Amino acid sequence: MRYHPLTDADRSEMLAKIGAAGVEELFADMPAEALLHDALDLPRGKSELEVERVMSAFAARNIAASRAPFFVGAGAYRHHVPASVDHLIQRSEFLTSYTPYQPEISQGTLQYLFEFQTQVALLTGMEVANASMYDGSTACAEAVLMAHRLTKRRKAILSGGLHPHYADVVRTVSKLADDDVVSLAPDVYAQENLLDAIDAGVSCVVVQSPDFFGNPRDLRALAQACHRCGALLIGVFTEAVSLGLLTPPGAFGADIVVGEGQSIGNALAFGGPYVGLFATREEFLRQMPGRVSGETVDADGRRAYVLTLSAREQHIRRDKATSNICTNSGLCALAFTIHLSLLGETGLRRLARVNHASAVLLAEALARVANVEMLNDAFFNEFTLRVTGDAAEIVEKMAARGVLAGVPVSRLLPRLGLDDLLLVASTETNTAEDRAAFVAALEGAL
Amino acid sequence: MLDQPTHFVAAPDEETPPATFTGNRGLDQEEPLLFEIGRLDVTGVDIDEPEPFTPRLGGLERVDPIGLPGLCEPEAMRHYVRLSRKNYSIDAGLYPLGSCTMKHNPRLNEKLARLEGFADIHPLQPQSTIQGALALMEELARWLLALTNMSAVALSPKAGAHGELCGLMTIKTAIAARGEAATRNVVLIPQSAHGTNPASAALLGFSVRVVAAGDDGIVHADAVRAALGPDVAAIMLTNPNTCGLFERDIVEIARLVREEGGYFYCDGANFNAIAGVARPGDFGIDAMHINLHKTFSTPHGGGGPGSGPVVLSERLAPYAPVPFVLREGAGIRLVEHAEGTESFGRMTAFHGQMGMFTRAMAYMFSHGADGLRQASRDAVLSANYIRASLRDVMTQPFGDRPCMHEVLFDDAWLRGTGITTLDFAKAMIDEGYHPMTIYFPLVAHGAMLIEPTESESKASLDLFIATLRDLGERALRGEAEAFHQAPRHAPRRRLDETLAARKPVLRWRGG
Repeated sequence: MRYHPLTDADRSEMLAKIGAAGVEELFADMPAEALLHDALDLPRGKSELEVERVMSAFAARNIAASRAPFFVGAGAYRHHVPASVDHLIQRSEFLTSYTPYQPEISQGTLQYLFEFQTQVALLTGMEVANASMYDGSTACAEAVLMAHRLTKRRKAILSGGLHPHYADVVRTVSKLADDDVVSLAPDVYAQENLLDAIDAGVSCVVVQSPDFFGNPRDLRALAQACHRCGALLIGVFTEAVSLGLLTPPGAFGADIVVGEGQSIGNALAFGGPYVGLFATREEFLRQMPGRVSGETVDADGRRAYVLTLSAREQHIRRDKATSNICTNSGLCALAFTIHLSLLGETGLRRLARVNHASAVLLAEALARVANVEMLNDAFFNEFTLRVTGDAAEIVEKMAARGVLAGVPVSRLLPRLGLDDLLLVASTETNTAEDRAAFVAALEGAL
Repeated sequence: MLDQPTHFVAAPDEETPPATFTGNRGLDQEEPLLFEIGRLDVTGVDIDEPEPFTPRLGGLERVDPIGLPGLCEPEAMRHYVRLSRKNYSIDAGLYPLGSCTMKHNPRLNEKLARLEGFADIHPLQPQSTIQGALALMEELARWLLALTNMSAVALSPKAGAHGELCGLMTIKTAIAARGEAATRNVVLIPQSAHGTNPASAALLGFSVRVVAAGDDGIVHADAVRAALGPDVAAIMLTNPNTCGLFERDIVEIARLVREEGGYFYCDGANFNAIAGVARPGDFGIDAMHINLHKTFSTPHGGGGPGSGPVVLSERLAPYAPVPFVLREGAGIRLVEHAEGTESFGRMTAFHGQMGMFTRAMAYMFSHGADGLRQASRDAVLSANYIRASLRDVMTQPFGDRPCMHEVLFDDAWLRGTGITTLDFAKAMIDEGYHPMTIYFPLVAHGAMLIEPTESESKASLDLFIATLRDLGERALRGEAEAFHQAPRHAPRRRLDETLAARKPVLRWRGG
């Protein structure tokens, strides 16, 4: 086996040193009846060439985004990632290192996490950020738990514009932790009245912008209403690139901001691994979940970084910890931070403008299509269409015509009478030809 | 056995090297922060401004400067390459972090995960366009079930701790379905458990009852019997445990817990010791997470991403989270909604860590059933070889007996030297090694938990052993001051961790 350096001669010598006649003796504590004697019903090992063949056959049965005009979003977005990003994250020292428990020989990881935290804080308009969570949805659930700890209340209000998967994750955790959740009805036009839902028992209000249906939201009044009642405002985003063009939740007065960082630096990868971004106010730091890298000095007085505030964490506090999270999303955070440092403010703003322009141009082209209604007044790079008929069927028909058209809302929100709604995203990867193909395929499918 | 590497050349008496103008020391280069070298008007990504268009942002444009510096590509390459060189890595050396399983990460797996048919597909594409992805998930599930002899698998958990949460959520739902939610609210956990176990239990409102281990480092059936009662929802037991020992009473413990109406959650962090050798389902467990980033070698990436699928027994299977794959005729369907099922619901957006599934699957295909078994056997053999080679110098908290894939030492042998486990670990850094896991598990005083994995050659193990013996002898000779000063040959000396925690500086603020 190409990955196993020990030879049979080595094994014999090692057994002699141990004083065992065979490896079986080392497993003597295992119940004899539990030891496997027969081979498992699984194939034997394969060469690199054979593994490539088998795996490529699985991959070939999928239609990659690059093979079709592609407009699918709803929480994961296709962007161009510079080649240098993937090269750098594959450096052995980043790829094959562990969580930086020994800071003297982990300064590379600790420094980029410090830089990542700073970028996330700037991007979200917040004071501090952690070193990443699994993804946006789990970061959202953690934010709700954090709000409960801070307010000593246990009731969350979820906007009807929150990504349905995010709402599901919050509801799952809340149900099993015996906390209360009030979920507002799906809010296609961003017209819900969240203010009336807030009372003195509410811990937090969770609002996404741009929301699931693509509407950017002004959260100022909501933040004030939350604060008047002693509740916290949790701002959520699923498209990080939007923050290059839209006012961030932090500037509206949000107390915790969470979101999905996949859009910057990370591939679609069928939904994971992604990187959860988590930012908050400095005063709430000690209730924040997850790892953080902090600045300090070494014994020679040189600037250095170290995992800090670990008194919040499970390996120290066990059942009193702020979260059970251990492994986070280090390498995806690295991809995010490299891509964002390549973009810089100039590049990010321009990328965001190109995304918005791409969606605006598509919207303008769709305005000329019969039996299609554009539901958004405002949007970033994604909007909702009302089509005549079942959006899921239309998407299938368009796929058959070689266009991956978007996400039928009913896929995430079934049985609510939203079958005629279609979410369409357009990014810098879409060309004028793609948009024309979309319009033609849609007209053909309607 | 090697005493010293053959290329060893005695150095002149050590002194602190003279300061340099740059602060660099040859290849050991200092690197400023991104915020000190980047500029707001620089970008490393060429993007054309869009043609004039009418924005539709609803008056919510971001007006104020964000403050994000940019680097052009050569600057970015240099910044991150220099940072990378301050990290230790498996590719550069033995990384004996017990309980973390730092084994070789095959590059084939990286290549295959980047095939556009895996990396460039969207989780919400029509299911007809991603049948290969669903087939791969089905294949991964088949392997995990065959290796564990369990009934079902939840693939979506994002890491080990998320898998623990998944298992406990499944158990809590099963208990509620039995109408016992109000009364069964205790989880039994031994002191040696990973901190994630009690943290996961507490997150769901369970209270934790600690089960004591015996003097031999394992949990005995009698102790479990004494702790059991009608209020017990589950036991969480790591097997092999965090002392590197196999929980001998596991079959009896599983029987007792089941008889009392509880469920057995096995923490599978150490499954890499027994994969292909024994199947946890045969022990009588109900749920176990499998860290794909440990047993199946998806890269640790400086702290993630991981992936923590959970295998379930027949009696827990109905409550597993969505989504899951279901074969229907010639096709495979992804079930994304819990309505109409007994599933407890969804615990993450989308479908799990596909990028880790592809890497783990490539690893499994490469090894096959025979290779996985060999990997487990070699991992256990290597740990025992280290144990046998160091047992005359270092002390073991539970006596000298065969271990599994990791060997646990304590600090009894350092008593009176003025040298702590931390000092010893830092001295290893100067010798070019990443230290072992230290001060965990908590049941061993000054714990040093060494996991070599199956990836090390005998020569590599021999040099590691010779190095630890030499350090041990120096410690016992009374060279305490040298240990207190260590590390001296790392990019940084010891850090002021108290300062970091007392006055947290978690972001750059300029100046």
